[in-house]
Order: sequence, then C-alpha cells, then structure tokens
Amino acid sequence: MATTTGRTTVSTVETRGADRIRAMDRFSSVILYIVLTGVALVSAFPFWWMIVASTRRSATILSTPPPLVPGTALALNYSELVTGLPYWRNTFNSLFVSLSHTILVLFFCSLGGYAFAKFRFPARDQLFAIMLATMMIPPVLGIIPSFMLMRWLGWIDSYLPLIVPGVANAFGIFWMRQYISSSVPDDLMDAARIDGAHEFRIYWNVILPIITPALAALAIFTFMGRWNEFFFPLLILKDEMNYTLPVALASLQNLYSSEQGVQLLGSTVAILPIMIVFLLSARRFMAGLTAGAVKGM
Amino acid sequence: MAQGTLDARAGRPAAKLSTMQQVRRSLWPYLFIAPFFILFAIFGLFPYLYAFLLSFQEWDGISPSRWVGLENYSTLMSDAVWWKALYNSVWLLVVTSINLVIAFALAFILNSGLVRFKDIYRTAFFMPIVASSVAIALVFTTLFGLNYGLVNYVLGLVGLGPIDWLQDARWAKPAVALVVIWRYFGWNTVIYLAGLQSISTDLYEAARVDGARWRDIFFHITLPLMRPTITFTVILSIIGALQLFEEPLMLFGGTASTSPGGTDRSALTVLVYLYSTAFQYVEFGYAAAMSVALFLVIVVFSFLYYRFLGSASEA
Repeated sequence: MATTTGRTTVSTVETRGADRIRAMDRFSSVILYIVLTGVALVSAFPFWWMIVASTRRSATILSTPPPLVPGTALALNYSELVTGLPYWRNTFNSLFVSLSHTILVLFFCSLGGYAFAKFRFPARDQLFAIMLATMMIPPVLGIIPSFMLMRWLGWIDSYLPLIVPGVANAFGIFWMRQYISSSVPDDLMDAARIDGAHEFRIYWNVILPIITPALAALAIFTFMGRWNEFFFPLLILKDEMNYTLPVALASLQNLYSSEQGVQLLGSTVAILPIMIVFLLSARRFMAGLTAGAVKGM
Repeated sequence: MAQGTLDARAGRPAAKLSTMQQVRRSLWPYLFIAPFFILFAIFGLFPYLYAFLLSFQEWDGISPSRWVGLENYSTLMSDAVWWKALYNSVWLLVVTSINLVIAFALAFILNSGLVRFKDIYRTAFFMPIVASSVAIALVFTTLFGLNYGLVNYVLGLVGLGPIDWLQDARWAKPAVALVVIWRYFGWNTVIYLAGLQSISTDLYEAARVDGARWRDIFFHITLPLMRPTITFTVILSIIGALQLFEEPLMLFGGTASTSPGGTDRSALTVLVYLYSTAFQYVEFGYAAAMSVALFLVIVVFSFLYYRFLGSASEA
C-alpha cells in the first residue's frame, strides 16, 4: 500500500518510508506471532493436561491451582485400567479393524480412481457424478436400517460391519482419481498395453507403485477415521472383549466415573499412537490432504 | 480440464485393436468401479431408502412391525423434546460456525508472508482433529469442572466465573460449542490455507501496482476466489454440526447417563436424542422418522446456503 505513495515522493522520503514499513511489518509480525503461538498452545495444551492427569489420582487432579506436571500414580491408574477392561485387547481390536479396513480402502479406491481417471467408457461422467452426489447424503439417515441390516447378516459383535462397508468409498475414489489424472502419464499404460499386459496387471504392476504419495495420505486419513469412529461400533459391539478403543473409553467413563486419572490414561492410550503417527507424517499428510481438497473444487 | 486431452491420447492406440479386444477392454473400467456401486447399494442406498419405509412403522426391533402411516411424524411435530433437540443442534451449528471465521483469519495470517514456521503452526492447529472425539470429551470433562477445573481456574485469574459448565443449563451448550470449535478450527485453517496458497501472487502484485488497498484486495480478489473453498467448508460444517454426537453425549454422563444432554436437556442434540430413542427405548420407527426429519433439515440448510450465499455475486 505504501509503495505507491513512496513512488510519487522524493527519494529520501522513499527510503525513510520503506524503513517505516519494515518497522511496521516487524511490529505486526510480533503481534501475529503472539496470536499464532497462543492459539497453538490452546490447541496443544489439552493433550499435555491429559498426560499430566493420567499420572495422577483424582484427588491431586482436582486441586487449586490445577497441576501442570506429571504425578506418580501412573502404575496405580494402569492397574485399574487393565482390571476394569481388557484394554490391550481393545487396543489390538482398534488396530486390527483400522488396519484391515485401510488396506482394503487403498486397494478398492485406487482401482476405482484409476478407472475414472484413465479410461473412457460410456456413462463414465454420469456415474462419477452419481458417486460424488452420494457424499452429500448425511450418514445419520441410514443409521437405524444399517444396524438392522447388520443384525440380519448376523454381524452384531463382529468386526465385519466396521471393516467391509465403505472399503470402496466415494471420497477415496474421488481422491485417487484426482491424483492419478494429474500425475500419471498415459504413456506408461500405453507401453504396458503394447507389451500385452492385461488391465488389472497394468494397475497392479505399473500404476500402484507410482501413486504411493496419494495412497499414503489416504491411508493415514482412513486409518484415523476408523481408529476414532464411535457411533457405529457403539451399536455393533456388545461384548467388552470386542470393544474398540472409543467404545472402551465410553465404558471406562461409567466404570471409573470418579477416577479421572484412569479415564485419561485410557484416553492417552487412544490418542498417543495416532498422534505420533500424525506428527511424524504431518507435512506430507497435510500437503496431500489440501492438494485433494483444492483440486476437488 | 486437461483430463479430456489426456484421455483422447489414451484412446488412440486402442483404435488399432480388433472389436473383440475393444469390447473386452471396455469392460475393465466397469469392473474396477463396480465395488463402489455394489457396496453402496447394499450398505448405503438400501439403508437410506429403508429409513423412509421404517419411519411409517412402529417397531421395537423384536415383535412384528406395525404400519402406522404418518403417526411417527405427527408425534414428532408435537414432541417438545424433539424441538428442543433440534433447537440445540441449530444453535450449535450457528455458534460453532465462528470457527470458520477464526480459521480464515489464521489462514490469512499464515499466508501473509509476515510469519515463518508455517508448517509448525499448521501442524499444531491440526492436532485436535486427529484425536478421538470420545477421548477429547473425557479430557474436557475434567477441564470444565466447577471447583477444580482448569478453565474456571484461568477465568478466576482474570476475575471471572466460576461457571458451572456441565451442570448449569445456560452453559451446557456453550461448553459443547467450545469443544467443537477447539476441535475443528485447525481443520478449516488447513483447508483455507491451501485455498489461499493456490491464488496466484501475481494477482495481488497487479492489484497493488494499480493502487488497491489491502481491504479491496481482500474483498475483491481473495474472497471471490475463495468462494468454492468456503462453500466446501460451510457444507461440511452444516452436515457435521447438525450431527454432533460424541461431545454432547460424553460431556454429560456418556452412554449410561440418566439425563442425556445435561440439565433440562439443554445440550441434547438430535443425534443424542435419536440414539436414546432407538437404542435405549427401542423405538426404531420413531427414531427413523427423526433421521428422515434431520436429513430434510440438513438439505434445507445446505440449500439455503447455496441459494443465498454460495452463489451470490462478488459485490
């Protein structure tokens, strides 16, 4: 803004003006750093609090001023956590469900995305539009009949309802299509076709190996979603041996309603692994996420 | 898009093949996309359609269901709890939409070129969305405590409160809103930042050379170009906020709560009410009618947004 005023005046004023702008920029960037750092602290603090509280009994959690450093009751909280629920089994269940669902999602969604990105076939665009439209339906509409369907299928208290539906989902296919159509050259497929490879082989041997960045982002995203999913598992899983972590946490709240330390140790177990994975892959994950979101417009 | 030209090129070698080979080849893509349509038909479309059918029935999940016509809907219309839950959900939608404003401001700052460490801030802001919302609700339950909660302690330092976040009917909804805003602003910041980064800096340069002030640049360049991204986040917010479940359930006693939604049901959302209707009172038909009604509400809100804001010209 001030560059234009500077240009119309004599050169000494111009340099002084530039200095002033630089000083102003420095001043405002200090303010901005304070704002951003404050917000970042608000974002991160509840996680620290969770870790602190998971090492304390409620008597020392509930004190004034609230404690900000870890205590000494981790072992006690842990022993109550694992006597109250088969918590490691629950963790394993979460891992198993999330991992198997994610692997299937990567396969079916990259396959579908590849078809939409690199083939021309009658009704392609219409089918693609229908698929996108299904994303706009709020899932709540199907929640009761889905539960009934799982009962008819005899899938109550099984992991199948958490693994199978959604392995070929609209979001994942859309995502993979965006990536494949923008970054996989056609020459690659043409060359393989001339060599006589059939189409599935081309997908498996040629396409899959070169779309790993998009697969990685989709994998993290899918894994997180399944790991944290609560409503549907809550309806499906009845036996505590079968609980996934969020369902186990809800039950922990009832079991230890007055012992926050145990509840928050359970929360820590549910959050920490996925947070570490996220922090290690944050840069790549968010770059992938936003590329998909913006290209989708 | 560039898409079309690439495809045309891919089609050329295929033209040299025999008809039989072409037919065989053209079956592959259908095979590749079939899993989506088959799974959607079974686990998506069927439940969606069946929800409408079920909403005209009375069913406890065990004995034979009974066709009751529009009775569930007329009950719903005179159900004070339903209206309260709907009001609470819409209230939460309106209040939590502030997180879009916060997110836009943060994204604008991060994109301004005045600050470094963009990746670190972006990662920190995004952390809440990564965590399980059930676990987060347990964490906030302790933070919101009346006498010993950290939120009240901090408020006390500046001479405010204490606020009985989880027992006082007036504060239950704000408590849920705070958790939701905390959870989602980072997600929206990351999306907005990506949108802002995709706007070419040449446009800003050109505007500056022409003497535009930053306010003009913001309202005449940034906002119009960000409209698709904003629409995307608003629609996601509408769908998400009207289906809030974990936070209002877990903050007020969880699955065994005798008063879901807290004192006077002041934070009872539609989904929490639906959950207790279907799975505690086993009224599947009535709950299905609720899900249909909520579906329509979501459609109406999304439509209103498109109609009045999403497509408005950039004046």
